[in-house]
Amino acid sequence: MDVTTTEPSSARKNYLNWDHSWQSWLFTLDHKRIGILYLISISAMFFLGAVAISLVRVELATPRGDLVESETYNKLFSAHGIIMVFFFLVPSIPATLGNFLIPLMIGARDLAFPRLNLLSWYLFTIGGGFAMTAFITGGVDTGWYFYTPYSSTYSNNQVALTIIGVFIAGFSSIATGVNFIVTIHKMRAPGLTWFRLPLFIWAHYATSVIIVLGTPVVAITLLLVLLERAFRIGVFDPALGGDPILFQHMFWFYSHPAVYIMILPSMGVISELMAAFTKKRVFGYSFIAFSSIAIALLGFLVWGHHLFTTGQSMYAGMVFSVLSFLVAVPSAIKVFNWTATIYKGQVEFTAPMLYALGFIGLFTIGGLTGLFLAAMAVDIHLHDTYFIVAHFHYIMVGGALFGYLGGLHYWWPKITGRMYPEGWAKLAAGITFVGFNLTFFPQFILGQMGMPRRYHFYPEEWQALNVLSSAGASILGLGYAIPLFYFLWSLRYGKLADANPWRAVGLEWRVPSPPPAHNFDEIPIVVWEAYEFVPEDADEAEQDREAMPGVPAGGHE
Amino acid sequence: MSVQVKQRRRGHVEPRPEGAVQEVAHQFEDIGQQNESYIVGMWSFLVTEIMFFGGIFMTYIVYRTKYPQTFTIASGELDWKAGFLNTLILLTSSLSMAFAVRNAQLGKRWRTLLCLGITILCAFGFLGVKTVEYSTKWAHHLVPGPNFHFSRHGGEQAAPADRGTSFVEDASPETSGGGAKPEGEIPQHEAQLFFGLYFASTGLHGVHVIIGIILLAYWGGLVQFNARAARDFIPIEMVGLYWHFVDIVWIFLYPLLYLIGSPKL
Ligand SMILES: [Cu+2]
Repeated sequence: MDVTTTEPSSARKNYLNWDHSWQSWLFTLDHKRIGILYLISISAMFFLGAVAISLVRVELATPRGDLVESETYNKLFSAHGIIMVFFFLVPSIPATLGNFLIPLMIGARDLAFPRLNLLSWYLFTIGGGFAMTAFITGGVDTGWYFYTPYSSTYSNNQVALTIIGVFIAGFSSIATGVNFIVTIHKMRAPGLTWFRLPLFIWAHYATSVIIVLGTPVVAITLLLVLLERAFRIGVFDPALGGDPILFQHMFWFYSHPAVYIMILPSMGVISELMAAFTKKRVFGYSFIAFSSIAIALLGFLVWGHHLFTTGQSMYAGMVFSVLSFLVAVPSAIKVFNWTATIYKGQVEFTAPMLYALGFIGLFTIGGLTGLFLAAMAVDIHLHDTYFIVAHFHYIMVGGALFGYLGGLHYWWPKITGRMYPEGWAKLAAGITFVGFNLTFFPQFILGQMGMPRRYHFYPEEWQALNVLSSAGASILGLGYAIPLFYFLWSLRYGKLADANPWRAVGLEWRVPSPPPAHNFDEIPIVVWEAYEFVPEDADEAEQDREAMPGVPAGGHE
Repeated sequence: MSVQVKQRRRGHVEPRPEGAVQEVAHQFEDIGQQNESYIVGMWSFLVTEIMFFGGIFMTYIVYRTKYPQTFTIASGELDWKAGFLNTLILLTSSLSMAFAVRNAQLGKRWRTLLCLGITILCAFGFLGVKTVEYSTKWAHHLVPGPNFHFSRHGGEQAAPADRGTSFVEDASPETSGGGAKPEGEIPQHEAQLFFGLYFASTGLHGVHVIIGIILLAYWGGLVQFNARAARDFIPIEMVGLYWHFVDIVWIFLYPLLYLIGSPKL
């Protein structure tokens, strides 16, 4: 299998430079380019969502509602939630890093359905367009979960337009999920068995299962809200014999698992980072792999913990409470195994590793405070307070977003062929970590003291903590802005990256950076296990890597 | 090293030159992988469709359990004969679809076209019957909205007790007398919920039928006008899976909506 077709890397054609026309981007079927299209789109969405919440945090710096009226305030936090959940977090890692890396990691030339992949980006863009139109032409004030009957009967702003946007974006998500499932099942390179797959792939497989099972349910739910608004069929309107709580059941049937759509890919990234920067096989590989599947399946059985205070039977509440506690088990399995991976590893504190370590700590806090909320009696006290806001931001930002940023740094050399500036990146990781904790830790305390979410004014005695939180948010904003600048800077001025700058293992590091359009000159044959680090002849392997895509790092045959 | 590509599961079909010249897209290694990928993809998509319709069936279950009696009475307002006719039409279309798939696999273009044509005709027949049903409901003010008014129509609707509503009485004895209430007392909102769900579910199903017609016509056109595309039977097989799914949804919708009351014979 020796292939010795090396070209000088300067003249080498890769997926970025083989064609520069705009058509070659907008009609591309290359999973790597579609990943980049997604990266640009969701970065723009992230920026818009961040602007909305900045205004919220400025408003909350004083106890009085002095910056915006309550209606504007409602529209701001709704826009923040809708954008961040449906247009940033759900597609974030799968559609960018997943899209880019899954074929590379499993030794395939592309995803199974490239045209479907491109369609998913267009659907995402169209859905985003609808949502943006809604925000510009009056906004929506229902919050991101569109509770009925407010959303279906009473709200008189752009609910319909927003829901159509979310509905369309849902199909983009489904397209991605179906594509990943088929690709992972059918397109693995010869010899790449399920238990030789990187854990990133397992995580994305579990995510895709959730997407395929969950997204259609929220689609039909939102469609029923639309029908209700248009024809008053009454399914969610108590005045017409309908049941608004049915909406909550159906909505959270998707939207609790959706939390795992956001966090599982991030966990996959963390597994990769842990292996790469400790130079060890991830401890408890199969436990981490199966815990992803367990989270995906258990995640569908816990939605009722959102309805403890909403007229759900006590006995149903007890069952949901127990099941919610159970989700902590596979989550903890992951955390313990990552921690065990560090033990006796050669830990390198690179920027991606800093994000990964941040993830472990913040995800643990987010997960443990989740147990408070899964306990029915405690939840009565904490429901709809800032405690829950802090809890899910520790999962969504401290977890999902840290994993995303860590992964983006880690694979940036692969994606662009350039290194990011390490010093700046470490600084940004540190600032993000500090800013994040300063923003959200005070909210745990505020929530515990009883401050409800979604009000734009509050009693004087909570001002100090709110000011801390707003100050933290501005630091966090700085932490997000710095990477934006140095990533763009590195595109032109960054140090050229070789095929494997981190000395990591994995098929994606065996192709040049950036990869050629067709990924592999020859499809590799995998005869080694996942994360098989071979320290003794690492240097030799490093020299061989670029030249011999078919040969494993240590020359095992 | 030598990793064998699994024999395609349709390998028992007699060797046909057509299969060998199916084009392999760039991302696939061989035709077996490509064909399997498309079929697995279609099944995954159908899973999403099941969950999609599952949501509306769930809603139906909730309100049928909540208002069993009104649902039974309101269901009697639907024309079970039209529904039965549509069931027959859809089953026939599924049969011809299955023949179309088989003929496509065998590379018999004209027979494939004929079968696809029959399927499309049946689909239009189904939509035709549905249109008649919808317009009757419109005329009887049974479309949810400000004009909604539920009252029983037709001659033979005396008291429901005469219509043998024994299972209603079994299900909820305390409300069994309600069936004998004068029609003005049938809760309008509950009946509106039934018809809301009727229109939502059959409407969504109808949209799927229309999408099916477009897919069938598109692939039929390819079979007719594009000899190279005609050799690839997998798209027809995928459309076939979709069409059978649409059929199965109706198989569930028909009894749940039309047959829970006691039909007017
Ligand atoms: Cu939840």
